[in-house]
Parts: sequence; structure tokens; C-alpha cells
Amino acid sequence: MDNYNFPDQNGHFGPYGGTFVAETLIEALDELKEMYNQFKDDKEFLNEFHHDLKHFVGRPSPIYFAERLTQKIGGAKIYFKREDLNHTGAHKVNNTVGQALLAKKMGKPRVIAETGAGQHGVATATIAARLGLECVVYMGAEDVKRQSPNVYRMKLLGAKVVPVESGSKTLKDALNEALRDWVTNVSNTFYIIGTVAGPHPYPMMVRDFNSVVGKEAIGQMDELEGKQPDAVIACVGGGSNAMGIFYPYIPYKETRLIGVEAAGHGIETGKHAAPLTANSPVGILHGNRTYMMQNEEGQIIETHSVSAGLDYPGVGPEHSWLKDTGRAEYVAVNDDEALAAFHNLCKTEGIIPALETSHAIAYAEKLAKELPKDKTILVNLSGRGDKDINTVANIAGIKI
Amino acid sequence: MSRISKTFASLKSNNKKALIPFITAGDPSVEMTKKILHQLVESGADMIELGIPFSDPMADGPVIQRASERALANNVGIRKTFEIAKEFRNTDQDTPLILMGYANPIEAIGFDEFLRLCKEADVDGIITVDYPPEESKEYVGKLKENDIDAIFLLAPTTEKERIQQIIKQATGFLYYVSLKGVTGAQNIDIDQVKHRVAEIKSLTDLPVGVGFGVRDPETAKAVASFSDAIVIGSRIIQEIEKSNENNMLENISKIIKSIREVI
Repeated sequence: MDNYNFPDQNGHFGPYGGTFVAETLIEALDELKEMYNQFKDDKEFLNEFHHDLKHFVGRPSPIYFAERLTQKIGGAKIYFKREDLNHTGAHKVNNTVGQALLAKKMGKPRVIAETGAGQHGVATATIAARLGLECVVYMGAEDVKRQSPNVYRMKLLGAKVVPVESGSKTLKDALNEALRDWVTNVSNTFYIIGTVAGPHPYPMMVRDFNSVVGKEAIGQMDELEGKQPDAVIACVGGGSNAMGIFYPYIPYKETRLIGVEAAGHGIETGKHAAPLTANSPVGILHGNRTYMMQNEEGQIIETHSVSAGLDYPGVGPEHSWLKDTGRAEYVAVNDDEALAAFHNLCKTEGIIPALETSHAIAYAEKLAKELPKDKTILVNLSGRGDKDINTVANIAGIKI
Repeated sequence: MSRISKTFASLKSNNKKALIPFITAGDPSVEMTKKILHQLVESGADMIELGIPFSDPMADGPVIQRASERALANNVGIRKTFEIAKEFRNTDQDTPLILMGYANPIEAIGFDEFLRLCKEADVDGIITVDYPPEESKEYVGKLKENDIDAIFLLAPTTEKERIQQIIKQATGFLYYVSLKGVTGAQNIDIDQVKHRVAEIKSLTDLPVGVGFGVRDPETAKAVASFSDAIVIGSRIIQEIEKSNENNMLENISKIIKSIREVI
């Protein structure tokens, strides 16, 4: 891992990643690759990107020592990278700011996005409004029902939300539908993918835009502790917040990188969304090769998680590679454990975390307990939980 | 000479163009698919494209997506598709059969098993929608070793240099996607398609088929005047959706015949 330099020129992370799309999308991806390569090191582009991250998003996000939680657990010190304090309430906005700026540079007046829980949709609608771009968001019909506040939020921001009725009517189907839109409207449309999946160059580009999280954290931890954490923990659905904090930490070999997937009702029940932990077969979906939940004949199977944002059958291809190489470890936390961590953090630290993030917190609690007090853990607190209060109340049998 | 090449050669000598209908295996049921396959040939199809159902058919429009969903609900996946293909071949040794599908079911059962099933069912060609040439060298090599045609898509956006690369890998025929979009979309621009097909034909001797937006005899006739084959899919599947078991074969036959007459 000394000279980690992935993906290769064709978007491969070892055997993973790549460009598995119909010929109809190749030209659009080639154009995107070319433009991204041109702008990713362009000083003016990066200045604009960082200007928006500072003044529109509110970066840098702080790192916060969770003192009461640490005391309660009685082990390693727990720190949070507070991505929940970003404008729109999650890490998702870092990437949308980057991609929307690129859309603008490429002269595309229309942006589209897929969304599961609605966070990426809201982040896209937000930046589209800010830049004056037309915005269409595809969302599984099931998710539209589950996440109505975010649907209304997107509409307030001027986006059109299209419920997707095909397949399992969730995130993966929204992604399929967005790809179909892109194929059809490729000349005037930029597709803002919300996670480190999709065909090359998306896994790389989304990671790069999100890696501001890890870059900031390295400086901040140095300042706060004079050293880097012993473990960095992040939840993994598609894996964008995890890649964002892991990537800059890859050369820091003393720091363990731990991705936390959604075990749903439990890995053994098959009702989960943890392809890495469950060692699912490798497959091809949404343009890349990666670990994938599927049946023996290669049909993608339905996933389950209490958190809509982790409810995805695949995972970004770079995570598959980090798993195989051993640079990152992947574990899973079930619905009940995530909910317990959610409630605990609300009462102990005065922070309502997203249900996605609660998976990472639950694992951080377990790990902290096993480690001595001089060790430190950094959790990417990837999003706030205001969007989840209806879900949590429903589970508790409370009507709000 | 492969069955596909033989069919094109014989059509050419009769001054006819190939009619290639598409249906999804297992839609609306395994039994009906078997009957429809024979009906298509009887009504004038020259080759048949049989879709392998997939849960996430991202290049297909709503009509073919629904066909895939109905097939999956009938528990038809890649293995059942081969069973249907094999049974068709037992009673029809002449009509080329082309499978169209996505990479994941093929990789899930493995290349070797896939090739074994292709040979067993005597399948003639494969279109793998999401295997562009740069990601499928090993696979295409294996298809060729087994005398199975590797049919590639060309899009309105595919640049000349890339067309030349794809031609080097392709066998059987080239499948030109007539529009920017998904299967079953409306309104193809005939002049634009004509221009593009002429460009492709100037680069290769392989036959060029056109699909994705051909829905009626008028369009089929116009497109057939400058190409070698017409692929028609969503329009037939709509007929499956509208019909009941009693009139389905007859309704499909009418569509096929109406196009057969003009190309």
C-alpha cells in the first residue's frame, strides 16, 4: 500500500470497477473522463470548489471529542468528524458541489440524480438551485413513501422528483432509471451519481470530491491529539462517506480503516445489505464489477436495512479492493444495534445521528470497549438524523 | 459458415432483408414463449433474439423491463432460457437463435458453463449489452473459439475510430442502435440513421442490423432500404401484454407479417 495508485487508467481497482455499460453510454463517459482529467488539477476549478465548500457548505467540519460517550464506554477515546454539520446535513454535499461545478464547466444545463433516503437528492437539488441548473431526481417509489419530508424538500428546491416503479422500487432501480435518462438526454444532461459506484470515472471522481473529509481530519487530529487515530470508522452502503475519509488515510499504515455495513435482520437471515461482510459473490451492476448480493443465476436480490441509505445490494468497487488487499476491514451491525446507538448518542452527546451513521457509531462503541484509554477512534459522523425521526418513531410505535 | 452468415447470404441473393424479432424468455410463461418462437418463424422471422431475463436491465425501456419482471416472476433465469432455446433447436434446425442479455447472469454461472449451455442448445450468437469490447476480450475470444458469433452494439454516439475497433472484434452482424435512448423509444430520425448506417457499411462487410426504435411497417421499410436487418422487440412485447392466451399468437403473427411484407 506504499504507492497506492488506483484506479488504473481504465478504472480498475484490481479486478473490480471498470466500465460495464451499453455502447450507448460510452461516449458520455469518455467525455466525462476527459473533462474530469482536465479540471481535477485545474487551479481555478479547485479554487471555485473549495470556495463553495467553505462559504456554501460551511467547511471545514469540526472534529469533536465525544467526552461523555467515551466515559460511558470506558475505553478508547471517541472522536467524531462532524459531516452532519454541513449544509444539507450530510457528507453528500461535498461531492454534489464538485460534480455540479463540473456540469457547469461542461455547459450542461440539466443535472439528474438517483437517491435512496433522499440525502443525495436534496444535496443535488440544493446545488442545482444555487447554480441555476434544471434538476430531476429519480427515487424508488417505495422510498418516496418512506421519505416524504425529503421529497418535499427537493420540490421546494425546485427539483422534479420522479418515482421509479420498476424492479424493487428502491435505490438500485432509481440508479437504473437515471442511467436510462442519461442515455436519452446525454447531450444536455450531467448525471450526478451519489456514491462511489457506477462506471469509471464515477467511483474515482466521487471519492476525490469527498476526500476533503479525510484530508481535513488528518490535520485536525494532528492538532487535537498530536497523532493519527488508531482506527477510522465509517458506515458503508455504496461507500462514499467511507471512501472520503479512508482514502487520505491509506498511507497511514498504523491507522485501521473499518467499514461498517448494514446487517439488517442479521447476516445469517439473508435479510441484510452487507455484501462485503457476507462475502457475496462478485458481480456486475451499474457499470462496475464488485461484491454483489445476488442469487445463483446472477439476479440481484432485495436487501434490507432500517436505514434507506445503506439499502444497496452492491458496494463501491474500491471497497472490494480494500477488502481483498486487507487495507480496510469490513464488519456489519444489525438494525437493533444501530437503533440502540442512535438513541444512546442522542441522550449522551446531544447529537441526533442519521440511521446510516448510527451503524458506524454502534461499531465504534464495541471497539472502544476493547481498546485501552490511550487509543483513539475517529468516526465519520456522516449525517444528521432529522430525516429519520419518523422511521424511529414508527419503530417505537409513536405517531408524530 | 455460421447459421447467421448463411441466413444473411441467402436473404441477400433473394434481395430480402432480415427480420429479427425479440422476445424475453419466460414472458408471459415458459409454455407461451415456446409457442411464440415457432409462431415468429412461421410468420416470417429470419432469426430470433431471445432475451435472458435480468433484474436490472438498464439499457431497456419500460416495456422490456416489464417482460423481464414477468419472466423472473415465473422463475425464468439464464438456465431456463437455455432449456427453452434447446427445445426450440430440437424442432427447428435452420433459424439462427441469438441470445441477448446482461453480463451478470453470464458471470454468475461462469463462462465455461455458459459456453457449454450455448453449445448444448446450439445457440448461434450472443449480444451482451453491458460488455463493451474493452471489458470482454477473454469472453469474446471464448465465444469465437466455440463458433458463436459475438454481436456488438454501435450507438449514434460511437465515434469512427471506435467503430473500427469494435468491427475487429465483431462477428455475425453489427447491431446499430437507432437512437439515443433505451429500447422501445419513439421517433427515430430516418435520415440520421441512414447516414450512420452508410458510414458503418463503408468500414465493414459485416451486415448491419438496426433496432431500438422500429415499431411499424413504414419505419421498418424505410430502415430496411439501407440496412441488412430490422430488430423489433418492444412492439411485440406490447402485443403480448395486450393479448390473452387465445389470441396472442395470432396478434403477434399479424405484426410480423405486416413487416415481413415490406422488407
